[in-house]
Amino acid sequence: MSQLIYNPFDMEVHPPRLSPAYKSTILRAPTKPLVLLKQSLAELSGPVFGDFNLGEFDHDLTKNSIKNGEPLGERIVVHGTVFNENGQPIPHTLIEIWQANSCGRYVHKVDQHDAPLDPNFLGAGRCMTDKDGNYKFFTIKPGAYPWGNHYNAWRPNHIHFSLFGANITNRLVTQMYFPGDPLLEHDPIFLAVPPKGRDLLISKFDLGVTEPDFALGYRFDFVLRGHKATPFEKI
Amino acid sequence: MLKQTPSQTVGPYFAYGLTPEQYLYDFQSLAQNDLVSSDEEHIVIRGRVFDGEENVIPDAMLEIWDNKNNLFGRFGTGTEKDKSFVFKTKKPQSSGENAPFLSVILFMRGQLIHSYTRIYFSDEVKNATDEVLSQIDNSRRETLIAQKKDNYYLFDIHIQGDSETVFFDI
Repeated sequence: MSQLIYNPFDMEVHPPRLSPAYKSTILRAPTKPLVLLKQSLAELSGPVFGDFNLGEFDHDLTKNSIKNGEPLGERIVVHGTVFNENGQPIPHTLIEIWQANSCGRYVHKVDQHDAPLDPNFLGAGRCMTDKDGNYKFFTIKPGAYPWGNHYNAWRPNHIHFSLFGANITNRLVTQMYFPGDPLLEHDPIFLAVPPKGRDLLISKFDLGVTEPDFALGYRFDFVLRGHKATPFEKI
Repeated sequence: MLKQTPSQTVGPYFAYGLTPEQYLYDFQSLAQNDLVSSDEEHIVIRGRVFDGEENVIPDAMLEIWDNKNNLFGRFGTGTEKDKSFVFKTKKPQSSGENAPFLSVILFMRGQLIHSYTRIYFSDEVKNATDEVLSQIDNSRRETLIAQKKDNYYLFDIHIQGDSETVFFDI
């Protein structure tokens, strides 16, 4: 018998916890060495959302908060596959989505950026991967927005994602960027990722999924931590 | 092998996407902080998250996972008056000589990768024989142990400093 042991975070591609150019990390990154924890049942299990009844328009941010008309901005469709490092697709896993509107304004009450809110756009959604690990959702392309990290700091256009995968060891929260965005080379959150990992966060324009007369398409694949089997040990 | 998708911070504006009902947004929450039905036996855990200058962090999000009872909870630190997190859940069971605990995943602006820790309980004798607690220096072990108060357990999290909470590499 054997059990699965998940690979560690690959620090060739993940950002270091302390990344001083992103100033909030200075007081918020743990400073003592992490304690290595042998993966037990607690780490090799996690919540299952497969039965959760998603709302009819949870996967369509252009429709899920309409009050009196269509949201403003450029409609896009984003799709891709969730894999693990071994290349296996991850079926029936939850993807949560949140983002700014087309003007670069978040609905969140603490966002004070002086750009208009859109009464017909919340900017939150979610979808599940299908049996082959594929997902797809519709939204409005998010705008860039200023933030207080340094003088004239602007976040590139991005969409936030939260994924669960097979267990809590696979948990991933990340951000997807857009190809050709000139703000990427000035953004300390994106640049905190080592050079080897940066392209992995940039979606690709996809004419194949672009819907004629409706929405531009982008492809973005996720890769969660993979595993190897080790001889069974009672835990 | 494929390369892992790099982690990025949850940022300051997660609430309407991840904890919408708690923050009074018009969108259904998938996870809550009250994980028991009203007549079930339960415990309450509360605490605050502190940064390296001991400021209370008002925009963190915690997830707890109890694999024994298959319970998952999520709560942001932005809605309680004192910026606490609060969970109402079952007390997890112990496993052999190991003490009961909850797994915790912590997210916040300023963390580019989430942090893992555990909540143990001060009134459990098996803390003395727990495999994980035993491998941690005496001086830091207490940071993983929620202190029993009259009607709740107190579990403060310190991101840095002398009382820095133990975070795990899993």
